[in-house]
Amino acid sequence: MWNRREFLKGAALAGGVVALPGLSGCAMGSKARGHVVVVGGGFGGATVAKYLRMWSQMGVDVTLVERNPQFISCPISNLVIGGDKQMADITMSYDGLRNTWGVKVLQDTVTAVDAGARKVTLASGGVLSYDRLVLSPGIEFMYDQVPGLETEAARDTVLHAWKAGAQTVALRKQLEDMKDGGVYALSIPKAPYRCPPGPYERACLVANYLQKTKPKSKVLVLDANEEITSKKGLFTKAFEKYKGILEYRPNSELREVDAASRTAVLEFDKVKADVLNVVPPQRAGDIAAKSGIKLINNRWVDIDWLSFESVNTPGVHVIGDAIFPAPTMPKSGHMANQHAKVTAAAIINLLAGEAPSSTPLVMNTCYSFVDSKNVIHVSSVHLYDAAKKTVMPVQGAGGVSAAANELEGKYALSWARNIWADMLV
Amino acid sequence: MKLLRWTLAVGLIGAMGAVHAEEKADPNLARNLAATCANCHGTDGKAVAGSGAEALAGTDKAKLMQKLMDFRSGAKPATIMHQISKGYTEAQLELVAAYFAARK
Repeated sequence: MWNRREFLKGAALAGGVVALPGLSGCAMGSKARGHVVVVGGGFGGATVAKYLRMWSQMGVDVTLVERNPQFISCPISNLVIGGDKQMADITMSYDGLRNTWGVKVLQDTVTAVDAGARKVTLASGGVLSYDRLVLSPGIEFMYDQVPGLETEAARDTVLHAWKAGAQTVALRKQLEDMKDGGVYALSIPKAPYRCPPGPYERACLVANYLQKTKPKSKVLVLDANEEITSKKGLFTKAFEKYKGILEYRPNSELREVDAASRTAVLEFDKVKADVLNVVPPQRAGDIAAKSGIKLINNRWVDIDWLSFESVNTPGVHVIGDAIFPAPTMPKSGHMANQHAKVTAAAIINLLAGEAPSSTPLVMNTCYSFVDSKNVIHVSSVHLYDAAKKTVMPVQGAGGVSAAANELEGKYALSWARNIWADMLV
Repeated sequence: MKLLRWTLAVGLIGAMGAVHAEEKADPNLARNLAATCANCHGTDGKAVAGSGAEALAGTDKAKLMQKLMDFRSGAKPATIMHQISKGYTEAQLELVAAYFAARK
């Protein structure tokens, strides 16, 4: 068990080496004190850990529990699958959070939450006490909806690559090993799922790779939705560029998989592929469901939009892809980062005995590559609506690119470097 | 440091004068709004060196405000900022511009 004194010692040591990135230029001190445990070190969790430290002028102690030793980014991972980037380009250390911000980063897994006692249990056997808990658990795949993917062996053959890491590497390898004239089939679940434009970007980047290296091959996009769910006009244009190699099939919900023969079974059809890539339907990460917090549709966490606190479990805040989204709000890394900042601000207020801000605003930008260089975006701004008690898109704001272009290709990579630094450095 | 704090305080008071009473009550509003820009422009407007993103920290407030308003009106062409700037009121943009101007 980590006791508070031990924690403070560690934080003080870390604070000693660093200067005061959070202090410079700060006119107001922070009264907030307490210990926040953050579960999950992705776009949401890493950001909330850093901003809690920064905005409390190091007054709030933060422990981040993350199962992986390093951060691997989902955004930009489709470029690894397409062969344009390497894993090293999307892999980053948690040392910045440790050394610059004095966050205690534990490589571990939270197995249980006792919200009444304000304690979490770790897989390693330890117990952490908290004043406030932030769950940023991402998504869990609903494999029960995809018969044929019950076994590990099947899942090693039919990959999702929808959580960046070993699966990203494995999918790239399958594509490299595929013969010229082979079929790559990508199954997209019904919305909502993580990263709405992501599957279409992947289809483009795989088609781009195959067009250059194995031009007799095919890309089959099997979409459970009735149409492209994000940047429809722009992706439709991009798909035209891959005419002859890429085929888009809407209303193609996956019913079953035969992993051994890499066959996707649809309602009226069977598609045999050489590389079968299935993005399964999704729900909030397991720890959310196991914590007794209220879910909507048994899938996504119901939160109070002023603080991202669970509506039925005080002291537990949930951010990122795991929450039931507000109208038109995408499940994106960018949005998780924005959730994190609203939550950090709210928690610091709450720990200081003050109410959270009554006017939270978040915004989103998703860049998608349609080939190695050309990019399209979708953007939106969302503001809290006190009457509706949710966050609503600001009318007249946001939009999409006029057309795919190289300048936004540069901006997309710049976005990645800046958001990674915003959460980790 | 004292001078810097004083300048910042004056800047904040100036900016807050422009917004309505409810927003005035929240001392962290400028900070929170400015944080929505960090994903592309870096934490506190300090963009990653060499990333190509425009660093906003330390930019003259009037200059930044003019630019944001020109994005908002469409006078200044953009790939994305014309869409994003429309999501903020003029008063919110004032707060954001003042916040970044005060970052060093």
